[in-house]
Order: sequence, then structure tokens, then C-alpha cells
Amino acid sequence: MAKLNINGKPYDVDVDPTTPLLWAIREQVGLTGTKYGCGVAQCGACTVHIDGSPVRSCVMPVSAAEGKKITTIEGLAVNGVLTKVQKAWHDHEVPQCGYCQSGMIMAVTSLLNSKPKPTDADIDAAITNICRCGTFQQVREAIHAAVKA
Amino acid sequence: MDMNTMPKLPKVSRRTFVVGTAAAGTGLAIGMKMPPFGPGAVRAQDTVPEITQWVVIKPDDTVVIRIARTEMGQGTLTGLAQMVAEELECDWSKVTTEYVTPGQSVARKRAWGDFSTGGSRGIRESHEYVRKGGATARTMLIQAAADAWKVPAGECSAANSVITHNPSGRKVTFGKVADAASRITPPKDVALKDPKTWKVIGKPVKRLDTVDKLTGKQVYGADLKMPGMLNAAIMECPVFGGKIKSFDSAKVASRKGVKKVLQVGDSAVAVIADTWWQAKTALDALPIVWDEGPNAKVSSASIAETLKAGLDADQAFVGNDAGDAKGALAGAAKKVEAVYAYPYQNHACMEPMNATAKYTADKCEVWVPTQNGEAAFAATLAASGLPADKCEVYKIHCGGGFGRRGAFHDYVTQAVLIAKQIPGVPVKLLYSREEDMRQGRFHPVTQCKLVGGFDASNNLVGLHMRISGQSILSSVRPEALVKGMDPATFQGLARGGEFEYGYGGIPNLLIDHAMRNPHVPPGFWRGVNINQNAIYAECFMDELAFAAGQDPLEFRRKLMAKNPKHLAVLNAVAERVGWNKPAAKGVFRGLAQMKAFNSYVAACAEVSVDGNKVKVHRIVAATDPGYAVNPAQIERQIAGSFVYGLSALFDQECTVKNGRIVEENFNSYACMKIAQMPKVESIVMPSGGFWGGIGEPTICVAAPAVLNAMAAAMGGKRIRSFPLKNHGITLV
Repeated sequence: MAKLNINGKPYDVDVDPTTPLLWAIREQVGLTGTKYGCGVAQCGACTVHIDGSPVRSCVMPVSAAEGKKITTIEGLAVNGVLTKVQKAWHDHEVPQCGYCQSGMIMAVTSLLNSKPKPTDADIDAAITNICRCGTFQQVREAIHAAVKA
Repeated sequence: MDMNTMPKLPKVSRRTFVVGTAAAGTGLAIGMKMPPFGPGAVRAQDTVPEITQWVVIKPDDTVVIRIARTEMGQGTLTGLAQMVAEELECDWSKVTTEYVTPGQSVARKRAWGDFSTGGSRGIRESHEYVRKGGATARTMLIQAAADAWKVPAGECSAANSVITHNPSGRKVTFGKVADAASRITPPKDVALKDPKTWKVIGKPVKRLDTVDKLTGKQVYGADLKMPGMLNAAIMECPVFGGKIKSFDSAKVASRKGVKKVLQVGDSAVAVIADTWWQAKTALDALPIVWDEGPNAKVSSASIAETLKAGLDADQAFVGNDAGDAKGALAGAAKKVEAVYAYPYQNHACMEPMNATAKYTADKCEVWVPTQNGEAAFAATLAASGLPADKCEVYKIHCGGGFGRRGAFHDYVTQAVLIAKQIPGVPVKLLYSREEDMRQGRFHPVTQCKLVGGFDASNNLVGLHMRISGQSILSSVRPEALVKGMDPATFQGLARGGEFEYGYGGIPNLLIDHAMRNPHVPPGFWRGVNINQNAIYAECFMDELAFAAGQDPLEFRRKLMAKNPKHLAVLNAVAERVGWNKPAAKGVFRGLAQMKAFNSYVAACAEVSVDGNKVKVHRIVAATDPGYAVNPAQIERQIAGSFVYGLSALFDQECTVKNGRIVEENFNSYACMKIAQMPKVESIVMPSGGFWGGIGEPTICVAAPAVLNAMAAAMGGKRIRSFPLKNHGITLV
């Protein structure tokens, strides 16, 4: 039994401690906004925040996340009020299929928390998520818009 | 065979519509007959105040527009709603959408027509009947209001969901008369609006499906949850055509959560468990012995040898010809020759393939992200053995499609075969990324030998393009072959039609195909055969211009006098990029154009090359799709298609070794990231009078434009086999 704190709520999760955090979040806790894309930390669709830092949850065992503050995509908007990143995503109509966008938004939110005014080079270095629809042009526009918001 | 009369893909008879579900690797297609789509559509039996099959209006004025095609990111859901709304004259802010199901459609004489969402046909092949659905509903709503007011309908008009009796100024909203309107007999025919008067079509209205994708709320197939649901992981024989010999269930049966270990068909094994992670890890630990079959020694090298032999083979299908190319080349003063090769590639949708099925003796239900609900339905019928009235398919939002979820429903077949072995329990089958990569329906492999000839004055007198390689239709839809020829092989190279070759001025032309079909199952991959055909045709066009010492734009223009719409998009990108002025220092330009899926597309890339590093700074792209339903979404499709196309050009190959695919995840099958993204400038230039596709056409011009710019940067040095990573080249 692992004790997790996700989006400010405690959860007792009955899984093998080696289970990736991603699958505990999706299958035990039931929050499916965090996506499975590759399972090997390549695509970033599973990105969550652990104590504020972006982590690819598909390769982090549940045991390593115990006692830490986990935030998923469902934990960003409070009472339905979108964050400035989500708002910029909405205004710039970033998502196409949308499957990668939870991870993309989590990665960008974390970038802006650590670097409130990132340059294009900062964006290139920090945002390594895969998007097969190819929304990168809108992602970049939306990041710059979120900075100004 | 006259390519002018070549039907578009897929060939669909108006009288009998057969939905095929390809059986992997066997070339066998099973199909079900669908009733014809037509005016005899049966009205809904329930109490829904449906005006037409496309429009439901609730008492609070909410407009529900029904959608049969699939949204997979390309924006077709919003575009289709725009077209219904335009004719309905409703308030756009009150519009919502819902998917219809194939089971309902079949029960109602195929009321919603074709569900297929591939070949960039979502809008261009349904625009007329969905607009009529909106116009018919408007007519009925007006009639209902007029009846209530006891005035002639001709004195009333509708706008913004409000009907007005013009002489008296009386008004009523759609919601108030919807129930009465739903009881009126629909008019036999309705006139559609003049495109010049469109208010919603052609406007960059916001997508209807954004918000839930920002908060994690959007449910994809992989996210489905149902009471009592179990999860399945699957592995099929990694060698295509192989079978199961044995597997040792006892080794994993006692693992926590594991419920069953099952054989699925004759080539796959699945583990069912409480959670997918339990199922997946148990499957990883399950000893399986495969009978790898006759293809266990096939490799990329052996396939390449087979294709190479086709380049000079005597027998070939002629897809396009004019004059006497062979004679002209024999008498040419100068000849240029090149051989290109294009690899297998996987769609690699972000959401791996999945389907959820529940089976009982008298009902089979499937929930699946699919590009073609009817094909999923046909697969459900075939796998369950139940008749159409006992099956239903519910479409779930797709995490990408790109062609993998259109013609192929192998995962539906598997999910149903699993569910049949555990009746009454819903089972969600989800591929691991590795399974998804191993069991693709791959972009086909081809090579192309091109020979061009000049006369003594450096005029191009002849061109022969010999394609050798794989036919998709032979495997997927053999009934669409024409006397053995696969017309789709010639996409972008055809004599006329929606894939018309743009160089009508070449006096002697021969484009032919030596069909060579390896055992790897091919599929429709975004853009299909235009990806490699555009590289072959447009890179070689630059090679010819280079050999003639002529500017590549001027060289093309001379051959395009008979192709004014092709030329118009090419000219548009040349003008926007400033072709006649030099590029920035160290930056080189390349052009490409094509017509595909009935749209004209062109691109000019600006590229710099530093050793083995290539930077694509900017791509200017133009498209003439006839009508542009939502220009903002078109711009996103253009830029997005370039990401897909350039990922393929630089980094993606599915290598075949010992009969199976080597690359199993994104660490060996890289995809473009934001750092590599060029600035894309789109020119959307609809010229009217025809309907072209959006999602796919532009993909094909990115790669040849970049390759031509790279060759310009490298003093004419060309790379002709792909991906470029095989030559040590990286996109930065």
C-alpha cells in the first residue's frame, strides 16, 4: 500500500511498489488526464509535477513518489478557472487531437514557474514533448502569450 | 487505363457499399454489405425532437449537430458543424455536436452516409448532404413557425436561431418550434446558399472541442472506465504471417490481478487482468513460442534487392503516359538518371491502438477510437458472429489517427475475440507502444528510377519514372485494383483527376509501376503515396533544372502552362518568399508543388546546412482547396503536416530484420520536437468551384522543398535514400 498525495488529496494505493506512478494515477486513483504514450520517458505525455518539478511518471515507481506533492493536469484549474497557460492554450487553439497536451501543458507550466520569461532557446531546451499532430507553432505562440498574460 | 476517369479512393459504389476490414497480411478482405445511403433514410423512432438526421434542437435553443465522420485533431468536427450551421441559420454560440453510431445508421438505411474519415474526405465528400441537412431543417423550422402564425412560409426568414415573420415583425426562436418542425414532412429538395453569402463557412471560428483537452477531461479510448471492466494486453507474432506455437500460462496465472491468459486468433496471446499494468507485465513474463512462418528471414536488405530488380523489369503498370518517352530518351542529346528509395514508416499515433468490447450471446458492443465507425462495425460483426441488429460501435475521441485507425480494425477484431472468451465482462484492450510499433500498417516501401532527356538546346524532351515497390490496395482493398494495377500508387502523378501531375508540358512522359509486395502489411499513412512520389518527382525536377543550368522555378513554369492552378500555388509561395531576391547569407531555398486529394499545394523551404546539421528556418506553404471552410484550422493542418512529414524525412524508418520490425519505441523512432520546428507561413488561397482536402495534401511538399534547399546548399549534392539519419544528418 502506497500513500500518495495527488492534487492536494491523500490516496492509499494498493499496488506493487515498482508500478510506475503513471499507472497508479490512471488505474488506481482514476485520473486519466495523464496519458500513456511510450512508457520509456521519451514522449512526455505522462508529465506530472512532483514537488513542482516536471517528471515523466511512466518511469517513476510509485515508491519514489510517496511523501511528495504530486500535481496532475486535473490539479491545475481551480474551481474551473483555467490557469494562464491553459487560457493561452485555449485562446491560441493549440490542441489538435489533444492526447499529448496534458503533458505539454504540465511541462510548460513548470517551465514558466522556474523561468517566467523564457526565450525561444529556453523553450527549445525545456519542452521536449512529442506531438504527432505537430502543434509546435501554436505551442510556442501560446507560451509567449501566457508570459504576457 | 485512362487516369482521367480514374475514380478517387476508395471506390465506392452508390448502390452497394461494402465496408472492408483488412485481414492483416493475408490480402483477404472481409466485408459486409451496407444498405444504400439515400433519401429513404428512416426517421428516428424515439422522442428526440430531430428535425433532420443532422439536426436536433432542444427547447432551450441548443443546437445539436450530428457528426458521422471522425474528429482526430484535424478539425473536421468543427468544419462539418459550420456547414450545417451555415444553412440552418442558427446561432453559432448555441452549437454542440454528437457522434452518431454506425448501428443506428444501418438501422436507418444508412441515414448518415459514409463514416470514413481518411483520404482527406471528411468535409469534401459530405459538404453537400450535410449542408442540405441544415437547409432542410431550416425550411421545416420556418414552416412550423409559419403554420403557427397562419402565414405563408415565404413571408418568414431565419437568422441566428430566430424566425421572423417579415411583414409583422413577429419572432420565435428555433427551440419553440422545433417539436412542431420535427413532425413536418421534409421538403424533397432544398436550394443551397450561394457561397458568396456564407457567414459561418470560411470563417476562422473557434474549434468546438478545445476546452476538455486542456483540463484532462477529454476521454480517449485508452481512458475508458466501466463497472466491472477488465484490462487486456496483447502480443501478436512479431513476424508478419507467423502463428502461435505454444505459451505457458501457468508461469503467470498466479500473478496478482491476472484473470486469464488467452489465445486470440491463431497469431496472438492476451493477458486479462484487473489493471492494464498487471496485464502488461504478466504478458512480458509469459513464455511464448512462435511459429514464425515463411518470412522469418526477410530483412530490409532483401526487400531492397527485390525492389531494385523491379526498377528495370519489363512488366510494369502504366499510370501516366504521353508521347513516346522511351523513344525520346533513346534519342536525347543528354540524359540524367537517379534512383531514390523510401522506407517503411509507422503512424505512431500518440494514443496506442485500443478497443473496449463487451460480448453476450445476443449483443456485442465496442467502444473504439476509429476513423471509420462503419468499418469498426463491420469488424465487430465479423468477429462476434452476430447480426447487425445485435451489434453496436460507439466512437470515442481519437488520440491521433493518420490512417492507422481508418482501414484497419485489427484491434477491434482482437478485442471482440477476447470479449467472447469472457462473456458479459467489458474488456479494454490497449496496445503497448511496442506492440503498436511492431503491429503497424506501414507506409509502403518503394524505390524510383528516373531518367530525363534533353535535346541539344537543353529542352526537356522526355521523362520516365519507374516506381518499384509495394501496393497498398493489393493488400488492403484488392477489389479496387484495376486489372492488377494499383491506381493509388500514382497519387500526385496521374494524368488527371484529384491527383493530377502538374507538368502537362512534358512532351514524352512515362510513369509506371513494377509491383513488388513484401510481407510487411502496408497501410494508408497520412498523405499515403504522395509522400514519396513528391520526393521522387520534385527532387528530380530540381535535378533536371540543375543539369540544364536553369532556375528551378523557371524550369518548372515552362512545363506548367497547361496546369494553371498548380502554377498559381507555386507562384504564390515564390512571391511570398521573395524567390527573385537572394536569401539571407548561408540560407538556401527549395521548391515543391503537387496536387493531391483534389487540392493544389506548394512550398518553399529556407534551409541552412552546417556539416551534418540541417536547420529549416522557414517554410512558406500555399494551398488552394477550392473552398476553405475554416482558415485557422487549415493553417494548423499545414504546419502540423510538416511536422509529420519532416519527422519522416529526417528520422523515421521501420527496419525489417528477421521478418519483424526493429524499432519499437520513440527512442529508435524519433519524432520532431519544438526545437526543430520551422516557422511555417501559410497562404490559403481558395479559388472556388471545387472541394479539395486539407489534412493530407500539404504534407508532401515539405520534404522535397527541404531536400531541394539542402541540395542547393550543398552545391547540387543529393541524398536519395531516406530517412536522412541514415546518412548521419540531423535536423536541428
